[in-house]
Amino acid sequence: MSNRLKLIGDGLVKNNPTFVLLLGMCPTLATTTSAINGLSMGLATLFVLVLSNMAISLIAPVVPDKVHIPVYIVVIATFVTLLQFIMQAYTPAMYETLGLFIPLIVVNCIVLGRAEAFASKNGVLESACDGLGVGLGFTCSLTVLGLVREILGSGSVFGFNFIGGHDGMLAFVMAPGAFLCLGYLMVLFNKLFKK
Amino acid sequence: MEYFLIIISAIFVNNIVLAQFLGICPYLGVSNKLSTATGMSMAVCFVITLATLVTYLVNMYLLVPLKIEFLQTIAFILVIAALVQMVEIVLKKVSPSLYQALGIFLPLITTNCAVLGVAINVVTKEFSFVPGGMLNLPQALVYAFATSLGYGLAMVIFAGIREHLSMNNVPKAFKGVPIAVISVGILALAFMGFSGMVK
Repeated sequence: MSNRLKLIGDGLVKNNPTFVLLLGMCPTLATTTSAINGLSMGLATLFVLVLSNMAISLIAPVVPDKVHIPVYIVVIATFVTLLQFIMQAYTPAMYETLGLFIPLIVVNCIVLGRAEAFASKNGVLESACDGLGVGLGFTCSLTVLGLVREILGSGSVFGFNFIGGHDGMLAFVMAPGAFLCLGYLMVLFNKLFKK
Repeated sequence: MEYFLIIISAIFVNNIVLAQFLGICPYLGVSNKLSTATGMSMAVCFVITLATLVTYLVNMYLLVPLKIEFLQTIAFILVIAALVQMVEIVLKKVSPSLYQALGIFLPLITTNCAVLGVAINVVTKEFSFVPGGMLNLPQALVYAFATSLGYGLAMVIFAGIREHLSMNNVPKAFKGVPIAVISVGILALAFMGFSGMVK
């Protein structure tokens, strides 16, 4: 049990996909215009990551080695399509906001990376925990980045404006702010966790 | 006229890396040296244009008539993966020198989200400067090619910056990727100057 908890914890800090492994940069930068968008994107990826990790750990023993990458990609694409249906049905507004980046979860290197590096060699429960840990790590980084950009860019937190009559620095909601915030957050992460 | 607008918009105004955030992983990964950056841009340019042609046709003659557009994601990624594999085999036979030049970049392109991103964009996005909103096949190809040129432009500029950065003495916590990401931010700030040129 403690082993599984450790797997989840590792995903948060030691193997943090955004700040340590530098994976999945495109959705990280594109969808974090506000904290709630970052959080939703993180949860969407978490959903695909846990399910694809579990499915791949189950089928890995019977998949021939030569075709394993295409097979994994089809499995991941299936869960992404499922996610698209669910989001279209229950959160259509968020589906519109995240747009292109929902189908692009298929080519998010985090998902294929975990399938290849972990799920294909471990049991179902361990793989689920690993997916959960890495997914949570991704969700946390995205939420933090979204929060920082929202505070600087629109002067609000989770949509609640705290400086009335002021629009914030627009550049932080747009592309340059994404790169600048991510860069400085990486520096902060290095200072705090890397000795 | 709309071809001109498509090209300007894809290269400068909506630059695929600096404004649309696609293909960032290889952008940060292989931009250490100018020569590898050029090789990667060439490979991407080739695959994006080809993949857009094939996925556009697949969408138009297979998915839409059969009313299975919801399979778009799965169908497109399969087409792209197969295409990259095929391009690799064909290039190896037909033009070994080009194959050598592109090297390891070809297989890496399957997971480059720029390829899937452009393929999906071309069939779903509405473009305000095109009559009717949706791109037809020649326009889609021009868009794909111009987008990949924009990718190459951003890549080559950034590789040049990074070659200089590597010679500078930066603080320890900034070393490597953080300073690179901050530089891209400043580069993106410069590219923001183009916004508004094409609506």
